[in-house]
Amino acid sequence: MNNVYYGKLIFELSKEGRRGYSLPENKLNNYKLADMPEALMRQRELDLPQVDELTVVRHYTNMSNNNFGVDTGFYPLGSCTMKYNPKINEEMCHHYAFTRLHPLQNENTVQGALKLYYELQNMLSELSGLSEFTLNPFAGAHGELTGLMVMRTYHASRGDNKRTKVIIPDSAHGTNPASAAVCGLDVVVVKSRPDGTVDVEDLKPLLNDEIAGMMMTNPNTLGIFEHNIAEIASLVHEAGGLMYYDGANLNPMLGMCRPGDLGFDIMHINLHKTFSTPHGGGGPGDGPVGVRAGLEDFLPNPHVVKDGDRYTLTFNDKSLGSVSGFVGNYGVIMRAYAYIRTIGKENMRMVGPLAVLNANYIKESLKDCFELPIGGVCKHEFVFDGLKDKSTGVTTLDVAKRLLDYGFHAPTIYFPLLFHEALMIEPTENESKETLDGFIEVMRTIAREAKEQPDMVKSAPHTTPVRRLDDTQAALHPVVNYAELKLEN
Amino acid sequence: MSYKFFPHTDDDIRSMLSTCGERSLEDLYKDIPNELVLHRDYDIPEALSEIELRKCFDQLGAMNTSLACFIGAGCYDHYSPSVIDSILSRSEFLTSYTPYQAEISQGTLQYIFEYQSMMTELTGMEVSNASMYDGCTATAEAMMMAVANAKKRNKVLVSETINPIVLRVVDTYAKFHGIEVERIAAKDGVTCRADFEAKIAKGDVAGVIVAAPNFYGIVEDYTGWADLCHDNKALFIMNCNASSLGVLKTPAEWGADIAVGDGQSLGIPMNFGGPFVGYLCTSKKLIRKMPGRIVGATKDMDGKRTFVLTLQAREQHIRREKATSNICSNQSLMALYVTIYMALMGKQGLREVNEMSYSNAHYLADKLLETGKFEMAYPGKPFLHEFAVKVKGDIDALQQGMLDKAQAQFGLKLDGDTLLLCATETLSKEEIDNAVKVCNSLL
Repeated sequence: MNNVYYGKLIFELSKEGRRGYSLPENKLNNYKLADMPEALMRQRELDLPQVDELTVVRHYTNMSNNNFGVDTGFYPLGSCTMKYNPKINEEMCHHYAFTRLHPLQNENTVQGALKLYYELQNMLSELSGLSEFTLNPFAGAHGELTGLMVMRTYHASRGDNKRTKVIIPDSAHGTNPASAAVCGLDVVVVKSRPDGTVDVEDLKPLLNDEIAGMMMTNPNTLGIFEHNIAEIASLVHEAGGLMYYDGANLNPMLGMCRPGDLGFDIMHINLHKTFSTPHGGGGPGDGPVGVRAGLEDFLPNPHVVKDGDRYTLTFNDKSLGSVSGFVGNYGVIMRAYAYIRTIGKENMRMVGPLAVLNANYIKESLKDCFELPIGGVCKHEFVFDGLKDKSTGVTTLDVAKRLLDYGFHAPTIYFPLLFHEALMIEPTENESKETLDGFIEVMRTIAREAKEQPDMVKSAPHTTPVRRLDDTQAALHPVVNYAELKLEN
Repeated sequence: MSYKFFPHTDDDIRSMLSTCGERSLEDLYKDIPNELVLHRDYDIPEALSEIELRKCFDQLGAMNTSLACFIGAGCYDHYSPSVIDSILSRSEFLTSYTPYQAEISQGTLQYIFEYQSMMTELTGMEVSNASMYDGCTATAEAMMMAVANAKKRNKVLVSETINPIVLRVVDTYAKFHGIEVERIAAKDGVTCRADFEAKIAKGDVAGVIVAAPNFYGIVEDYTGWADLCHDNKALFIMNCNASSLGVLKTPAEWGADIAVGDGQSLGIPMNFGGPFVGYLCTSKKLIRKMPGRIVGATKDMDGKRTFVLTLQAREQHIRREKATSNICSNQSLMALYVTIYMALMGKQGLREVNEMSYSNAHYLADKLLETGKFEMAYPGKPFLHEFAVKVKGDIDALQQGMLDKAQAQFGLKLDGDTLLLCATETLSKEEIDNAVKVCNSLL
């Protein structure tokens, strides 16, 4: 990352008459667009930039230099599982025998593509302890929505139409209730106990014949394993509901525990977290959804199935419908497949334990300077409630911003909402002891700076390409494209 | 134990466990009841080295066949400049998260701002979000936006001429979200105006969704549609092929309230159907009802012009079940893809791509008609680069023959004797001539 701000926009590099592409000569130019009816054609001239190739390459290269990625440095972003994105995945997903395939071309000509999809479905089933997966959903939130659609379709298939509510813990990520609402379900909130786990006594009275199911993340958003999970699952099942596993925190389970064995019926996986596909600045990800035996038919169309030696796409009448045009973010699916084949059975079992070791090591090394509201062993992540010494006025936001000066990405902040100054740290299994020690030392330095130079910490960052931004102005007076920006000046 | 993705030595593990006050890695899981712990290895294949993995992908790849592409139907074989993949492979873009920490994410924020600017320029609309999963889900989100905007109405009219693949997704979202989707009938390959007028006049419609060009490739005339929608307090939503907007009348010029669709046609490789990028543009009036991320311009403490995620109060992490949508990401890297595409192509390039696609498709249609074995399914209707023909003969045999003898995916079979064909700028005159020749020999 370059700390000198680039800041230009492509529109500002444009000059009439330049071009950045070449196309073959049109030998059929007796067929002209001008023959189309005038009323159907664009009236206003299209004002896109006119730039040569090298200018485009330098522009985006310079822009990228103002970005921080996993390859730049340590990215301890809680619940986001910013693990290393292996380079071989990128090489494989650009394989020429896949990138030119049309999704509707003859099935006999895409047997390799379907085989890869089918094998990844099966490997995810084994890793999760579930019966069958679809890889069609595009992201974690999309997987949640798809999983809840499975839940509703299951109840509807039994004529059980009263079940319109879903139980969600108060510690859950906001996406859970939002997905429920999009799926037409009402949200019932179950409280957490002081140790951060679901309060079983609070859950019991919420269960009745209107409950479609319950959504849980395990370990939860505090990094705590819900040790009552077997009891919770059995209570929900007795009440006729299904258990949904939000796979956001699946990483620490690898090698140790499978959601299907914990009593979950439906789950999604974030391939861009647990299975190493890059986050890409916010996407594309992929959110496969798995189900236990008996629910397979409800998964979205199309299904990829194996018929003898042949792979084929099928459409099933019992299915919930379709949530994607084709079979998901296939390029992401290829990366996850490459990762799992590279890791293999002998290394997969170490992913969870090493991720958990890294998290506990940071937690134990910093709990004297930062407030640890919930002690004991954590899983892949944990939450501090800000600095231990609250007298300095230095907030979690300030600590996060100061970390940027030291070349670390900030942890997730102000989530979960259970603590006012939440600082959520997830290191992943790929980080070395030296990297963690460096981070721990910097966190201790910031705690000291908070006492000695609080104003300096409160005005951090100081060395990044830009300083703190005016969010309020951006929201009060939205300027959301270049045409508007030009009017401002 | 030593493995390339795990930096831990045995000494590291011992010393770190000691800091944690634990004796073994298993002890870190002592809070999990023993009966819930997996006490065996996974039943998945053993690890592959890079040498072996490359062979594995070569073997899978050998089971695929790249074909000359005479098919579209929502996924188009357009030219992708090599610059784009080169820039997308920069790890600063590839391995970053959503740009929450704006001070170290100006790269991502800036290109999203450029993307929003280009999409509003292309569609003529006032605002664009930071992108969505694909064109199908973007259309479903637009439908939910219309219903949320109308408050007490939950009916949406959808033209039968929309791509059935988009319709499948729209219908699925509607079913679960409690939206009634009513079709507007198609007649002669275009949306039936009389049916639309009768249905909108009932006054219970929240939104109307049409396509441009439609599934059969026809560019329909929507003169007066937006006014009729607005007279009846419904939003007019257009699903448009992004590339075609370089030359065709824009959703803004038709008076649309929301423009949605897939950005794949802006140079994104077909890649067996993904990842693509959905776009959603609307008016400033509706910005707070828009799903997804939005990037806005602002200033930093030193007064520098900078960019930041904005209007987050609409979003799920703040509004939870009351959010406008459950979307909590964008298709960021693919938004960068189409941004670089539009930067390279510019207005001239986008026009040339459309001009060449038009020439190729119309030449293909003329040549097929000359054989006497094809006729236009909807004669006289204007089309850009995709069109439906009636085939005098067995379509399955024709398609199989084209696979075997011309290494071509010759269109998508619709019902019975109809074939949907497409030609873009990637086909040469020679390839088209050869395809027609083989067709003629097969029928």
